Amino acid sequence: MIDREQVLHVARLARLNLTGEEVEQFSRSLGSILEYFEQIRHAPTEGVDATNVMARRHDALRNDIPVPSLKRDEILQNGPQIRENHFAVPKVIDG
Amino acid sequence: MPFPFSTIDEGVQQIRSGATTCRATVEQSIETINAGDGLIHAFISVDAGRAIERAAELDALSQAEKARMPLLGMPVAVKDNICTRGQRTTCASKMLEHFVPPYDATVVESLHNAGAVIVGKTNMDEFAMGSSNETSYFGGTRNPRDVTRTPGGSSGGSAAAVAAGFVAAALGSDTGGSIRQPCGHCGVVGLTPTYGMVSRYGLVAFASSLDQIGPIVSNVRDAGRMLSVISGADARDATCAGKPFTATDDIYKNDIAGLRIGLPREYFGGGLSDEVRRPIEKLTERLRDRGAVLLEVSLPTLRYAIAAYYIMCTAEASSNLARYDGVRYGFRSPQRSLPELYRETRRQGFGAEVKRRIMLGTYVLSHGYYDAYYLKAAKVRTLIRNDFNDAFGSCDLIMSPVAPTCAFKIGEKSDDPLQMYLTDIYTVSASLAGIPGLSVPCGAAGVLPVGVQFMAPQWREDVLLKAGYAVECLGGG
Repeated sequence: MIDREQVLHVARLARLNLTGEEVEQFSRSLGSILEYFEQIRHAPTEGVDATNVMARRHDALRNDIPVPSLKRDEILQNGPQIRENHFAVPKVIDG
Repeated sequence: MPFPFSTIDEGVQQIRSGATTCRATVEQSIETINAGDGLIHAFISVDAGRAIERAAELDALSQAEKARMPLLGMPVAVKDNICTRGQRTTCASKMLEHFVPPYDATVVESLHNAGAVIVGKTNMDEFAMGSSNETSYFGGTRNPRDVTRTPGGSSGGSAAAVAAGFVAAALGSDTGGSIRQPCGHCGVVGLTPTYGMVSRYGLVAFASSLDQIGPIVSNVRDAGRMLSVISGADARDATCAGKPFTATDDIYKNDIAGLRIGLPREYFGGGLSDEVRRPIEKLTERLRDRGAVLLEVSLPTLRYAIAAYYIMCTAEASSNLARYDGVRYGFRSPQRSLPELYRETRRQGFGAEVKRRIMLGTYVLSHGYYDAYYLKAAKVRTLIRNDFNDAFGSCDLIMSPVAPTCAFKIGEKSDDPLQMYLTDIYTVSASLAGIPGLSVPCGAAGVLPVGVQFMAPQWREDVLLKAGYAVECLGGG
């Protein structure tokens, strides 16, 4: 189990609203999964480097040559709300 | 397969020789889908008009142009997390229900250039998070071998589409087994290439250090042909190694004399069902009869693989899925403030399993827990790579089950996420090590297929296909 407060804290970090029912469910299901995760504490990793990425390429740079990019209208067509060629969102500054 | 050909090579030859046309081949595929997919639900969308139009264009090409196309007229399905220009790409999520990509994934361009015709986009677990296709927003897929069971996941729609004979081939994506496991459950062939062999440009990201695109097909030769089409350099994916795969005739000689096959002792202990164990043990005997050298190897870090995998993949997912905020694309829940718009959009747009993984990933990356979970898992990942390197010192490839059981019943595990995660035990290690894995049918328990998995060192897909072809020649147990 992880407690209700922890669930709500993580949900705030993840920018995720949860219903009361979801808070209860997550407190149970996340608890048992995290308990399972705990077992890696016993893995003998002293002096072992981390592997975060599989293919670290040092030559993955390209020449800076302009090429056609996506068209503005094609990008905007997926926008949930468009105003004058911009993505519209609720006002973020008062006044 | 309802097609009048058993391999892609044969199908392409028939079209080139004039015995049939691209259009007739594609129309046959669409008719089969129309007749059968109401029950199976392998597809999220089918674009028959565009597919037939494309097939007609291919028929109009010159012989010289057709001769350069290794997938000429082949009806192909693409998992719905791979972007197709002008064709809806949903990731089986409400969040992307109406998303129409303005560009093609590199693999889709490659399919087009090779003469393939994309007939539709296949069903999957939402954002590829699941092992049964049951987390799809659009409803799950049924296993064509037994419609009361799941096809596995997350590329369950692609595996089912090939198993049902709807298409000649499909693309899936694999993060911890999402190509290999559904192929095992549906009785088809699936190949997860070495990380970096196939461009991920246009694949909607789940866990970027693990995701790979690969072919799902009905036989081993077709896997080689598909891989040679989709592999190779791509400036748009910095992790793409630029090592194209070329299939050689040597692979398909059905000669495995002297091939050293390692059996990890940790993989054949408890937790493996008899229905899977029996065909695999029988297979080891038959491979030995064919001259292969079977030997025991050890992968001691296996016991930590699932924990390490789910820590890393949920951490990466929580970061990758931060982009779904209701601003630039996808679902939006209109709200009075921007933060509330983000939070409500994400609450309503994501399904339960996706939220669970975002929560887990955010937790393991959060202040005070990073070292104990993510960093520790990244170190375990190094140990797993070392295990494989040690094992490959004494063998050419490693053989294991694909999954602990045959395809399970719809609903059987969907209420217990941890039980669902544990079914990935045989596939996550190769993903963490970035090595290739091949799933090939090797027998059955009643009507339910059993798959065997081969794993090889990085860039040794040739050895995988060689072994897979030999299994195929033995004829399904």
